[in-house]
Amino acid sequence: MRLLSTATAQQRGAALATAPALPDTAISLDGVSVRLGDRLALAGITARVRTGAFVGLLGPNGSGKSTLLRAVLGILPLAAGRVEVEGRDPNEARDLFSYLPQRQRLDLDMPLRAWDVVMMGRIRHVRWLRGPTREDSDIVSWALETVAMADRRNSAIGELSFGQQQRLFFARALAQQGRIVLLDEPMNGVDAQTQDLFVELLTAFHRQGQTIVMATHDLNMAACICDTLCILNTRLVAFGPPSETFQPQVLREAYGAHLHFVEVPAAAEHPQVLEDVHHHDADLGER
Amino acid sequence: MLGWLSDPLSFRFMRLALVEVVIMGAVAGFLGTYVLVRGLAFVSDAIAHSVFPGVVIAFLANTSLFLGGAAFGVLTALSISSLSLTRRLREDTAIGVVFASAFALGIVLISTSPGYSRDLTAFLFGDVLAVTTTDIYFSLAVGGTAVLLAVLLRRPLMLAAFDREMALAVGLPVFWLDTLLLLLITLTIVISLRAVGNVLVLAMFITPAAAARLLVDDLGRMTVLSAAIGASAGATGLYISWYSDLAAGGMIVLTATSFFLVALLLSPRHGLVPGLVRRRLLPSDETTA
Repeated sequence: MRLLSTATAQQRGAALATAPALPDTAISLDGVSVRLGDRLALAGITARVRTGAFVGLLGPNGSGKSTLLRAVLGILPLAAGRVEVEGRDPNEARDLFSYLPQRQRLDLDMPLRAWDVVMMGRIRHVRWLRGPTREDSDIVSWALETVAMADRRNSAIGELSFGQQQRLFFARALAQQGRIVLLDEPMNGVDAQTQDLFVELLTAFHRQGQTIVMATHDLNMAACICDTLCILNTRLVAFGPPSETFQPQVLREAYGAHLHFVEVPAAAEHPQVLEDVHHHDADLGER
Repeated sequence: MLGWLSDPLSFRFMRLALVEVVIMGAVAGFLGTYVLVRGLAFVSDAIAHSVFPGVVIAFLANTSLFLGGAAFGVLTALSISSLSLTRRLREDTAIGVVFASAFALGIVLISTSPGYSRDLTAFLFGDVLAVTTTDIYFSLAVGGTAVLLAVLLRRPLMLAAFDREMALAVGLPVFWLDTLLLLLITLTIVISLRAVGNVLVLAMFITPAAAARLLVDDLGRMTVLSAAIGASAGATGLYISWYSDLAAGGMIVLTATSFFLVALLLSPRHGLVPGLVRRRLLPSDETTA
């Protein structure tokens, strides 16, 4: 993610200007199937994410959202099909990604400070002996500032609230400086302030031409901020702009009959989803 | 004036023992930080016990105890890291089965040797006064290598411990990092056998690291502090054992435990006493910052 103010970001911007033009397609999936144990987690997914798209990845628990992100990252063997990232095998495209994994159980007793967590995003750049360079430190400072955590840089991870920890993981993804951003339910369980911050940042990144794929349970938010929705239920239910995909029949196909729609005249364009029973489920079983 | 400090050192075996326990304490304390952070206490205990039959076989075959122990330890480390891939059995179940049976095998083997109970005690609880210069060179070389690798690979090791998913995503060889860490732990266990024996060695990993964790909040300082605590527990325990004429291995571990208890009571941030004082003085202040 290369954006916002600070000297580093500007230097990076200059570097970016001389870089060759990016390919039109950021991620292409061609008949991708993934088997997790005895279960087919993804079945024949074919889709093309164009460079600069902001894709909302939707679907009930266990529909394969995380699995799809992991397949794109190349950390999961495919049962069939092919994933290409800017025309390359995902394993050769690791530097292109910024990744915010789904929140797992964390060992909060780890002797880590906020700074150390964000520096983990630089691991592909930090050399064994020399340690982080000035540039790495600048990027980490900038990432912490961007998520409004600069004043907590020396705090032990265990002292921070859930929302603050999630900001750190967001900052760690920023520090990776990938131009393809993959986020797995970044807003799950965070406070409203953090959620607003994430929405604001993601919208800004999108405006600057960053490719973003975000798995989420928040259908309404995805329909508002994303320009493409990818609706999954093991197979691909729908893929396209919200005006075409955010439709009662499509969502029912993905989520079953648990959704209630209301027309809200003021909100125009899209119908609002009032209740989503899956939304409140603990997110188990998806990995 | 410091005669009590230098008197024991007029004996060569005591000088060697002191060097050995300091090396062992420092290396085990250092690696112990990784054991603690990675949650490998049980696994390390399993490896320590599985080393036992190897040591016994080497003893019976009259070859190097280190090599015998190392061979069995490495075998165990490799099987544990491959087991964690298959996940057919719960990891701790599988480890429990393997290490208890390895230990039993060691006991059966040593019972074939006449007058075995004395040797058994030395293996299980250490025999630091029998240390030779070869042992010391070996400890230095092996321990030095283990510490060096752990320092060089601290970032990947830490990321793999903290967030496996992220480690995979950035392309770290997570399986090999796990295996390497287990091997480093194994080698450290093997060089610790002389000083504290199979049964007590786990304490030299966990106790100094746990004490250090109570005192500092970052990995770098924690490893150095843990190594220092381990080394001073080694030296202090050895002296106490000399003057009290009690078992050295046990005394070293008890000294480390007493250091831990002091940290538990007095640590400025996490200690029980400062916590109590804070609550008395600032009853309304709940912030942790």
